[in-house]
Amino acid sequence: MAQRMLPGPGSLRRVSFGLSDVAVFLGAIGLLALIAKVGAGAFTSFAPPQVVPAVSLDPRNLPYYAGRSTLRMFIGLAASLVFTFAYGYAAARSRYAERILIPLLDILQSVPVLGFLSITVTGFIALFPGSLLGLEAASIFAIFTAQAWNMAFSFYQSLRTLPSDLVEATAAYRLSYWERFVRLEVPAGMIGLVWNAMMSFGGGWFFLAASEAISVLNRSYTLPGIGSYVAAAVTAKDMPALGWAVLTMAGVIFAIDQLFWRPLVAWSDKFRLEQSASASPPQSWLYDLLRGSRLAGFAGALWTPVSDAASGLLSSLTQVRPRRAPGPRGVIADRVYTLALVVLVAALVIAGVRFIFAAVGLREVVKVAELGIYTSLRVLILLAFATVIWTPIGVAIGFSPKLARVMQPIVLFFASFPANFIFPFATLAFLQYHIPINTGSILLMALGAQWYILFNSIAGAQSIPTDLREMADDIGLQGRQRWRRLIVPGIFSSWVTGGITASGGAWNASIVSEVVTWGTSTLTAAGLGAYIAEATSKGDWPRITLGVGMMSLYVVCINRILWRRLYALAERKYHL
Amino acid sequence: MSDLIRAVDVSKFFPLPEGKGEFTVLDGVDVRVDAGEVVALLGRSGSGKSTLLRIMAGLIPPSSGSVESSGRTVDGPNPDVAMVFQSFALLPWLTVIENVELGLEARGLGRTERTKRALKAIDTVGLDGFESAYPKELSGGMKQRVGFARAFVVEPKVLFMDEPFSALDVLTAENLRGEIDELWNAGTFPATSVLIVTHNIEEAVFLADRVVVLGTNPGHVRGTVTIDLPRPHDRNAARFRELTEYLYNVMTTPDMPVASAEATPARPKSGGETRSPFARPLPHVRVGTISGLLELIVDMGTGQEVAGLAERLALPVDDFLAILDAAVLLHFAEVSEGCVTITPAGRYFATATIQDSKTLFRQQVLEYVPIVATITRTLVSKENKTMKADFFLDLLDEYYPAAEAKAQFNTAIEWGRYAELFEYDAVEERLKLGEATAAA
Repeated sequence: MAQRMLPGPGSLRRVSFGLSDVAVFLGAIGLLALIAKVGAGAFTSFAPPQVVPAVSLDPRNLPYYAGRSTLRMFIGLAASLVFTFAYGYAAARSRYAERILIPLLDILQSVPVLGFLSITVTGFIALFPGSLLGLEAASIFAIFTAQAWNMAFSFYQSLRTLPSDLVEATAAYRLSYWERFVRLEVPAGMIGLVWNAMMSFGGGWFFLAASEAISVLNRSYTLPGIGSYVAAAVTAKDMPALGWAVLTMAGVIFAIDQLFWRPLVAWSDKFRLEQSASASPPQSWLYDLLRGSRLAGFAGALWTPVSDAASGLLSSLTQVRPRRAPGPRGVIADRVYTLALVVLVAALVIAGVRFIFAAVGLREVVKVAELGIYTSLRVLILLAFATVIWTPIGVAIGFSPKLARVMQPIVLFFASFPANFIFPFATLAFLQYHIPINTGSILLMALGAQWYILFNSIAGAQSIPTDLREMADDIGLQGRQRWRRLIVPGIFSSWVTGGITASGGAWNASIVSEVVTWGTSTLTAAGLGAYIAEATSKGDWPRITLGVGMMSLYVVCINRILWRRLYALAERKYHL
Repeated sequence: MSDLIRAVDVSKFFPLPEGKGEFTVLDGVDVRVDAGEVVALLGRSGSGKSTLLRIMAGLIPPSSGSVESSGRTVDGPNPDVAMVFQSFALLPWLTVIENVELGLEARGLGRTERTKRALKAIDTVGLDGFESAYPKELSGGMKQRVGFARAFVVEPKVLFMDEPFSALDVLTAENLRGEIDELWNAGTFPATSVLIVTHNIEEAVFLADRVVVLGTNPGHVRGTVTIDLPRPHDRNAARFRELTEYLYNVMTTPDMPVASAEATPARPKSGGETRSPFARPLPHVRVGTISGLLELIVDMGTGQEVAGLAERLALPVDDFLAILDAAVLLHFAEVSEGCVTITPAGRYFATATIQDSKTLFRQQVLEYVPIVATITRTLVSKENKTMKADFFLDLLDEYYPAAEAKAQFNTAIEWGRYAELFEYDAVEERLKLGEATAAA
């Protein structure tokens, strides 16, 4: 445990490059070269809008396309991170900001953001006229929307639940706001942040695939990437190309998991708030390699003076000022603020409703509401089936530690695999066996959503204490009784978490799974998702607004009526 | 006189929920810390001693009055002070040395100077060799040593300690307390003065030159006791025992005046009898614990000294006094002149069978615990004999901050349930009259 703090006289002689250093050196050089090559592509392929870059179906181009897509994913992640810090900090620090930002976040989290894709694509294209940078930005923004809300909410939550003694200690030792941020606030939120970023990264792939090839306002846009490769393969009915794409995608997800998320998770374990060591800390070979390498330590030492200077500057800019006496104006200002908010929201709602009614009329609104019922039914059926099928399997896996160790990463992998890569295969099957898309689309939505149910069932079963299971064995609880008395109550909380996530995923997926194509044949289901997709490709703004608004209304209502209550019940009664 | 820090007429109110007025934690408190002395703030829970410490450290503002430190009015974290926390308050993701350097970093010291000073402080507290360990690898006692090193390294004028030994086991606490005292007596202490908050009477007499006794409801200064013993304070000295017993006496008898060098104004007693049944706080004690204490006293013989009893039970003084309070409230025991006597009811309660002692408990509660009696009466008068918990919580909210209101409610429920006066459905959050009471 005792480790030398300062380099001793003998340490210079001991500097010799080990195998791990060679690996780290080569890895770093390789990564830089890769980013340079792929990044250059994003800049050289600027083209006037008439010249839409074609996607070649030669599988040898796939690594390059995958690289382009991956770069987008990471830029989106970085943007999400910046947003998370700013948004979460503002919401946790300012009472006024909190009252707008948190309800807004709540809505953004539950609303199918995929429906906004068309709006953002048009916006970004207008922002960068005559270049592909607009499309590039729109795609990155789509990825951003898949990640940012969860991450921001997680950071806000951890800021609100900082241990009060640590907050007091940083205040008593007069740390500046910057020092509090880097020493306390970010570390305390780190584990939640890494976990949420990792989970929503999977959602990011889904959005990426949907946003690289999109037709908006009667025009098709294509951005070189693995998502547009799939789209091109579907148009050309090129089955082998599709197979290659799925394989490449699987490889990319696996590589990013091994090279990025696992080291990050292993590293972030030190930010655990418990004062005792965790029983089985997460492992990563790359993290061990980096820690064992002197080269990485040397790079860190080079960086230290720079970071010291930067942090000193930021600290001096964010000194804690003497507090001012609280004024009596608080109450009145509060009321004025509330009134302003109410007026603003009311004005927005009225403007939106007038915009819709001016173009479509009441009958269409009723029709769209009816379509919403169809899509809701699909989501509910999906949840019911996924529960019936996956819960027993999940419980079986969760009860066996050995099985769980093997299966959990596999399930996580499936959950982060973008289901829309599988859609073409399913579509082909629907066409071949004449499966109506009205029911088939349930299957498509399930391709992505079901994994959340399975994953949370496993976690729930693992959280049932061993002594309770032994007790159940001891008194001979079996079959139905065992489920009713032990398993269902035990996994209920986890199941609710899984259900909320799965239902959110399914609503989003409805926009791309109620309309599917294979070559020239298109299958369209009756549903809100198909309505939005059609309005988007036609560029029919009032109908886009109506469709997205209606879907948001459905999602928020179902959340309030169903999920909130189940969640409260789980908290009250079935908390283990 | 060279006072380093003084609190002048400090009061603290917290607003009650939904604008129901204010809850007074501290009322007109004057406390002074002079150069070169160790001052202890001694009080039971609810005396606002930790709040007072935080106000003097500039962590929370006083509602009225002011704090002066080295002649300046404190209007933010007090630069003359370093604090040692009850829960250690170490950042788990920083190593020992990084934690110790925290305060120096905030003062903008360079990296080499920081490391040099931190290593010296770590050496002072005897943690050599643990510089790069993480807090989770350390035992409680070692964690608190890091807490001390972090405070020492900034060389504060006054070291503030908030019950620094109460989260440690008895032996570890004794050991660390002894070492800190030795450091002080050796004259190499890295601070000029010390202010320690404690509810441990022995600890106060052992460490302090002056003990400021705080009273409860609301917190106020009852008086100051000077510990006129040569340092180090010898636990076996007759005077040590005398002072300890005197302080036990003071702590168990809220109305007793404290012999004080400083004159304390006589406080008007708030009219106890006319107050609402919800205004009188219950000690948070389980019925089984009261019964346990009574049984012990019955076994040991009545007329025990409070100080001796607390020692033999090896309970935290605060917990012990709360149990005693509950027994006195229920008229199961009496305390006078620092001695506990058991009433006939108390003897019966401790020795009878479960059903009989429940019946007795029911009588005593209905007679002497107004809040439980009022809840029962309310339920009896209702047509359906039930009531939402919120109704009573709202009433309690008038007198306590939200968390304390909830705690008061839970204690009242616990006592009422034990007495079988009413039942409580925690899922529905609803009170229901007990069958026995309903039939009666």
